[in-house]
Amino acid sequence: MLRLHMACVGSVVTVEDLASTGILRERMLALGLTKGAKVEVIRRGPSGDPTVFNIRGAMIALRNEESSLVAIQEV
Amino acid sequence: MGLTFQSTKNSALTDIFHINKLENQFVIALAGNPNTGKSTVFNSLTGLHQHTGNWPGKTVVNARGEFNHEDKDFILVDLPGTYSLFSSSVEEEVARDFICFGNADAVVVVADATCLERNLNLVYQVMELTDKVVLCINLIDEAKKKKIEIDAHGLEKELGIPIVLCAARSGIGIMDLKQAIYNLVEGKVKPSPNHVQYIDEYEEILSKLCPILQEYSGNINPRWLALRMIDGDEKLIRSLNEFIPEDKLRSIRTIIVESDLTQDKQAIRDFITSDIYNKVEEITDSYVIISSRKINRDRIIDNYITSKRFGIPLMILTLAVIFWITISGANYPSALLSDFFFMIEGKLTFMFDYLNAPDWLHGVLVLGLYKTLAWVVSVMLPPMAIFFPLFTILEDLGYLPRVAFNMDHLFKKACAHGKQCLTMCMGFGCNAAGVIACRIIESPRERLIATLTNNFVPCNGRFPTLIAISTVFLVSQGGFGYGLLPVLSVTGLVVIGIVITLLVSYILSKTILKGIPSTFTLELPPYRVPRIGRVLYTSILDRTMFVLWRAIVIAAPAGAFTWILGNIYIGDLSLIGHIAGFLDPAARLIGLDGFILMAFILGLPANEIVLPILLMAYLSTGSIIDFDSIDSLRHILLDNGWTYLTALNTMLFSLLHWPCATTLITIKKETGSIKWTVLSAIIPTGFAVVICSITTLIFRLFGWG
Repeated sequence: MLRLHMACVGSVVTVEDLASTGILRERMLALGLTKGAKVEVIRRGPSGDPTVFNIRGAMIALRNEESSLVAIQEV
Repeated sequence: MGLTFQSTKNSALTDIFHINKLENQFVIALAGNPNTGKSTVFNSLTGLHQHTGNWPGKTVVNARGEFNHEDKDFILVDLPGTYSLFSSSVEEEVARDFICFGNADAVVVVADATCLERNLNLVYQVMELTDKVVLCINLIDEAKKKKIEIDAHGLEKELGIPIVLCAARSGIGIMDLKQAIYNLVEGKVKPSPNHVQYIDEYEEILSKLCPILQEYSGNINPRWLALRMIDGDEKLIRSLNEFIPEDKLRSIRTIIVESDLTQDKQAIRDFITSDIYNKVEEITDSYVIISSRKINRDRIIDNYITSKRFGIPLMILTLAVIFWITISGANYPSALLSDFFFMIEGKLTFMFDYLNAPDWLHGVLVLGLYKTLAWVVSVMLPPMAIFFPLFTILEDLGYLPRVAFNMDHLFKKACAHGKQCLTMCMGFGCNAAGVIACRIIESPRERLIATLTNNFVPCNGRFPTLIAISTVFLVSQGGFGYGLLPVLSVTGLVVIGIVITLLVSYILSKTILKGIPSTFTLELPPYRVPRIGRVLYTSILDRTMFVLWRAIVIAAPAGAFTWILGNIYIGDLSLIGHIAGFLDPAARLIGLDGFILMAFILGLPANEIVLPILLMAYLSTGSIIDFDSIDSLRHILLDNGWTYLTALNTMLFSLLHWPCATTLITIKKETGSIKWTVLSAIIPTGFAVVICSITTLIFRLFGWG
C-alpha cells in the first residue's frame, strides 16, 4: 500500500485510509484528509522533512511520521 | 434545567464562559479556522475597544471587545482559531464549550474566501450546534486577486444562513456584517441551517434519539448531542449521564445497541467527517469558481524562503537586518530621551533643594528611583518601539510559520515540538510572553521542554545590555561601518542561544523528560501584505507598553534599593562593595567580577536593570551616571578592568543565566509546579557557568584575558 510520504513532489494523490488514531486522526480529518480527498505534494523542507501538501486549498506541512500514516492511491 | 457548563465539571475555565451582559446587550462569539483573518474582523468590528492583549496564547483565553450598532450594544468574544469542534485540542474544546455552554446570542464564523472548502467544514459543525449563525467570508479581495469567484446568494440559499462578504483589512463589508448580526439577534432574520444529511442508518438513530434528548439538551441542539452519543466524546457523554434520568439513559443505550450499527465510534466519526466534506465539495463545486490557475505567487516566494539552500541563511540574514535597523535606529531617540530625563532630573533636584528635603530622600527618590526609571525608559523604549513593529510585520507577512517549517527538522532531532520555534520567536519580545505562548503546544512533555528552554533566546530586556556591550567593545576597534560588528555579534549570540535551546531540549528529552516527539501539523498561510495600522497598534500599544510598564514597575523600587545599598557604609566600604567583594572570587572563575555577578543577582526582578546597577556600583556613588557618549561607558568599563573576555562572558552570562522574576512567576503559574520552576532557573544558570568557565579557561590558556 502506498503511503503519503512516498509520493513524489508535484504529484496529486487521493486519500485511501488513515492509520492514525486519537487526536492526530481527529486533526487529520478536520484538515480534510477524508477518504477520496485529493492531496498535492508541493515541496520538501530543507532536510527532506517535513513536506508541504496542498490539502483542500490550504498548505499544510506534515512530518514523515505523520504522512506515513496516510494510505493513498495515485491518480 | 439543561446541560450547562457547570455540569461538565470543567470548572477551571468556567469564568470565561459566562459573559456578564447588561440589558440590551448581546454576546456574539467569533469562530473560525486559524489564519482566516479572524483577528482582523475582530479589530474592525470593535475598533480599539478591546480587553485583552494580542499575544499568541490568547488562543486559550478569549479576547473580548465591544461594539454597537443602531440601538444595540454587542460584546464580541474572539474564540481560538480551530479547524473543527471535535475537541482534539485545548483550543477546539474552548471554542466548542463556549458555543455550547456560553451565553452567546449568535455565532459569527469567519471563513477564508481563498480556502473555502476547508473552512466550510467548521461552518457545518457550528450549524449543527446552533441555528444562530452568520457566515462572514473574509479576504474576498485576495480571492479576487486569485481569480476566485464566490456566488454568495447561491451559497446563502444552500446553507440556509446569512452570508456577508468581507475584506476586513480595508473595512469592506464590516457595516454589512454588523447589520447581519443585528438582524439576527433582533429576530428580523431567522436562519434555518440545512444540515448535512448522513447515511440512512445514522439518520434513523438520530430521529429516535432527538426526541429523548430534546428535554435535557438546554441550549444545545439535540441533533448535535445525538450525533456525539454515537460517535464518541466520552467526556460529554459522562457529563450527560448526570443529567439524564436513569431510565431515559437506558432507552438511549438500547436504541444505540439495537440499531445494528456495524462500525465502531472511530469509523462513525470518519464517515461523519467524510459526509460533511463530501457535501462541502459538492457545494464549492457549484458556487465557487476558481478560474484556471495563474502563476502562484506564494509558491515562487516559497521556492526561496523555504528552500534547502537559502532557507536558513535567509532567516539569519533577516534576523541580522532587524537587529541592524533596531540598533542604528534606536541610537538617536535614545539620546533625545536621555537628555529630556536629565533635564527633568535637574528640575527635581532643584525642587528638593527648594523644599529643604533631606539628602537621603533626594538620594532614594531622585538618584535611585528616578534615574533608574529614566535609564530603563530611554534605553529600552526606542529599541522596543522599533523591534516589536518589525517583528509584527514578519508575523503579519506569514513568515514565522516558514521559519518553523525550515527549523522543524532540527527540533525533531532534538525530540521537541515543531511549534517550539514559534514560542521561541515570542521569547525575543519577552520570555514571560514566550512561556505563555507555550500553551499552543498540546503535549505536556514538549510544552515543558519549550517552557524550560524559552529563556535561551534573549528578550528585549537583555538586548540593550548585549547591544551596549558589543557596541562599546567592537565599534571603535571594528572601524568599518557603524553598527555592523555589534549586529554580527548580537546575531551570533542569538544563534548560540538557538543552538543551546536545541541542545538542552535534546538532553531534557533523553533524561528527565523522556518521550518521542508528538505529532504536529503546521499550516503555511498565504503571504499577506502587513497592515501598518494594525502593526503599530498591536506592537506599540499592546507589546511595547506592556513590556515597558512591567519594567518600570520593577525597576523603580530596584533603583531605590540599589541606591540604599550603595550608600550604607560598614567600615569604609558600602554594602555594595561588601557584596561584590564576597562574590568576587567565584565571579573571577567564570571571567566576570564581583560587581557584574552582583548586578545580575540584583537584576533578578528585570534584566533591563542589570547594566544600570553595574554602573551605579562601579561608580560607587550608588546612582547611575549620565553617560552622554559610548566613549564614557567604555572608559568606565576599562577603568574597572574589563577585557574582551569580560565583555564576552558578560554577554554570554546575560544570554544564558536564570530567567527574570516575572518569567519565573509565569513558569510557576503555567506549570503549577515549584520543581519545574526551580529547574527552569538552575538549568540555564548551570549552562551559563559551564560555558563561561570554558571561555575563561581558553582565554587564559592562550593568555588573551
